[in-house]
Amino acid sequence: MVSQIVDNFIKQHPKDQSSLIGVMLDVQNHFYYLPKESLFQISKELKVPISTVYNLATFYKAFSLKPKGKHPIAVCTGTACHVQGATKLLEKFERELNIKNGGETTPDKLFNLESVRCLGCCGLAPVVTIGKDLHGKLPPNKIPKLLKQYK
Amino acid sequence: MAKITIADLEKIREESRRTLVLREGAGRAKITVHMGTCGIAAGARDIMSAVLKEVEERELSDIIVTNSGCAGLCSKEPMITVELVNFPAPVKYIEMTPGKIKQIFDSHIMKEQIVKEYALAIGSEMTH
Amino acid sequence: MAYRTYLMVCAGTGCVANQSMKIKEAFEKELEKRKLQNEVSVVTTGCNGFCGVGPIMVVQPDGIFYQLLKVSDIPLLVEEHLIKGRPVKKFMYIPGEKEPPIPKMRDIDFFKKQMLIALRNRGLIDPEKIEEYIARGGYSALAKALTEMTPDGVLDEIKKSGLRGRGGGGFPTGVKWETMRKVPGDKRYVICNADEGDPGAFMDRSIIESDPHAVIEGMLIGAYAMGSSDGYVYIRNEYPIALERLKKATGQAREFGLLGENIFGTDFKFDIKITRGAGAFVCGESTALMASIEGRPGEPRAKYIHTVEKGLYDSPTCLNNVETWANVPQIILKGAKWFTSIGTGDVTHDPWGGSKGTKVFSLTGKVVNTGLVEVPMGITLKEIIFDIGGGIKDGKRIKTVQTGGPSGGFIPESMLDLPVDYDELTKVGSMMGSGGMIVADEDNCVVDMAKYFLTFTQEESCGKCTPCREGTKRMLDILENITVGKGTEEDLELLEELSNMVVESSLCALGGSAPNPVLTSLKYFRDEYLVHVRDKKCPAHACRQLNVYTIEEEKCATVGHGCDMCKKSCPDYAIMGEPKKAHYIDQMKCHKCGACFDVCNFKAIKIE
Repeated sequence: MVSQIVDNFIKQHPKDQSSLIGVMLDVQNHFYYLPKESLFQISKELKVPISTVYNLATFYKAFSLKPKGKHPIAVCTGTACHVQGATKLLEKFERELNIKNGGETTPDKLFNLESVRCLGCCGLAPVVTIGKDLHGKLPPNKIPKLLKQYK
Repeated sequence: MAKITIADLEKIREESRRTLVLREGAGRAKITVHMGTCGIAAGARDIMSAVLKEVEERELSDIIVTNSGCAGLCSKEPMITVELVNFPAPVKYIEMTPGKIKQIFDSHIMKEQIVKEYALAIGSEMTH
Repeated sequence: MAYRTYLMVCAGTGCVANQSMKIKEAFEKELEKRKLQNEVSVVTTGCNGFCGVGPIMVVQPDGIFYQLLKVSDIPLLVEEHLIKGRPVKKFMYIPGEKEPPIPKMRDIDFFKKQMLIALRNRGLIDPEKIEEYIARGGYSALAKALTEMTPDGVLDEIKKSGLRGRGGGGFPTGVKWETMRKVPGDKRYVICNADEGDPGAFMDRSIIESDPHAVIEGMLIGAYAMGSSDGYVYIRNEYPIALERLKKATGQAREFGLLGENIFGTDFKFDIKITRGAGAFVCGESTALMASIEGRPGEPRAKYIHTVEKGLYDSPTCLNNVETWANVPQIILKGAKWFTSIGTGDVTHDPWGGSKGTKVFSLTGKVVNTGLVEVPMGITLKEIIFDIGGGIKDGKRIKTVQTGGPSGGFIPESMLDLPVDYDELTKVGSMMGSGGMIVADEDNCVVDMAKYFLTFTQEESCGKCTPCREGTKRMLDILENITVGKGTEEDLELLEELSNMVVESSLCALGGSAPNPVLTSLKYFRDEYLVHVRDKKCPAHACRQLNVYTIEEEKCATVGHGCDMCKKSCPDYAIMGEPKKAHYIDQMKCHKCGACFDVCNFKAIKIE
């Protein structure tokens, strides 16, 4: 299953090291993380040592080696959001979901929480994305209601 | 499509000129069709269609067509207002029909000559 | 088809996030219902820059500007404006309380004072249609370059224009191109850096979203001047709309024969590959970016040899930022003389002698009008913040404006008359950077903000060189201590010493500029640091560990009637009190999260 999907992505790129990040991004965007078997498959198909693949997977922020929740929550902590209170938002999410920022997933596998760098919607600060939905100008006290929509 | 040449660039520009003139709000003339309740009842919709038809058939690229509310003279509807960039004041035409629209285009829009018999006399803007 | 009216619906990231595509659909549905679909056309445009009031729509040719639209507003808007011709006041921009709404886009201060070169097509064309770009004069600069000018002629024009890199450093573009041209070698690359990493800056995203062909045309002209036939755009993966538009645009350009072989029937050939970034700030640095394109970790190398000599795959490579490329076609079309008439200084003999043309800034933070503004070089900070930005929110007082992102510095209120150009900003310890401009008011703490920027650069340090990896970490430790009340006066000197060390000895510009926020805040706001270390207080109450939260018991009991909201919000169960009676906070249990302060509707919670 995984191997078929990954194979599909690999086919869309030239088979050399320059395609590595592109393929990994496609896999990441599809599964929201990089499954272990996909790393070996990419290494084999693109003829790049597994150490290099692992190196990239841990160097770049876009990649994750752990599965994420069904609705990954990303709190923008760009400057504009910071001065509009992004830290308080992040803390509120941590308290509401009882998980820590970065990596952890809720026991029901619905949510995980991470802070991200500027999403480029500074006019809407503070900004949060849940899955593909973007929520701007979000006050901390609206978070419980917002989360209910995703449960 | 085949590769474009430099001459094609000019052609595309010419074809899109009207669209862009409108979007930038810069035209040689502006025609306002008055579309209040009374205007619509008196047939302003047909007048709008007639105006748009004239613009298209004559391939005019610098005419802005717009609509506005009631002009306050309901008994003389449908009415239009024609403004030319180089003219000091707008001219209001009353009791329009598609045929009259054609005449206004022939004379006022193309030759900058006001069609006096349909114009609402408004003081100084008639002297030219 | 002769349409009478165009509805220009903004489809930039900000407006799309605010449901502008649903607005578009609602219009199309309503127009069909009212049988207006052959008279009125709905067009999606790129970002208008006024993201704070999205979704935005401009009705042309009338030029009426509508903001904050909702799907439910559409039937009324169609009925009133498009059928009866009465623009609807309640959807217009209102500059301030008790002031009348402003119907026309060009009369709104936010737009009125801008000068558009890089963003000249924003809001006017559908970025997904190459014909519309051509209709606005697009690709005629390329035609002119290829048929009327030699590569040297193009190079000369760019040199004379005084154009400087818009991505940060402000290196003269013409000088870079000339050096590259002189290096021998058949394989040579031009790259567009669209890895816009500065938090709080989004002009590159906006340019690509609103006018992708301008960037492509700029790259084509540059490639012709430098003898390259291979181009790359390195774009952030976090910008899905920009990425999609760029893909579409390169596809259309290829279809039209504007990318590929024998462009305009000449020998010139050029094509562009799009590479996605993977979320590493350091990849904005040229050598790191090139490593990333090659499929390696984005770590910079020492630049004993410049990338124009040995860059991507060890071949000569010219890297310019999105905004720089977008300026190129206009310079070729209108000439260097026109470009140099805008801006500051004199670049006739010295390419570093001034700042010419315009710069796009993303104006954010505590200003009334947030968004993207393009202004002539030399405009003062005051004009940008107060005339275009409409001043500070909620009538508060401005404390500082921070320019240049994590590599830039803080500029105090007393210096707002500073003309904005590369050299003036550098003189006061900040920099142009990519054009982030973040306004902070009295509620923001500069120590906290300096810590914020340093946290960012420290996390984004690639770890290759020690001064940046370890130096920024130690600096951050010191700042952390200061913000929780463990700082001393000696710490401030140590912080300065460490800063200077990191600036001088880091491998690349990331480390070399990372201490700027700390250095400028220490220079202009030393008093605020001193209050933190001497009195263990944060005047802005932003460093929450220094705050003491208390409840004004009388206000709580009489005005709020002991509403219990604070007690429910407290994660530490530190608030005591019966409903309808005064509450109080157990200071031993309080972890100072500030949740109670935010929920209290009666302002009964005090911070000391």
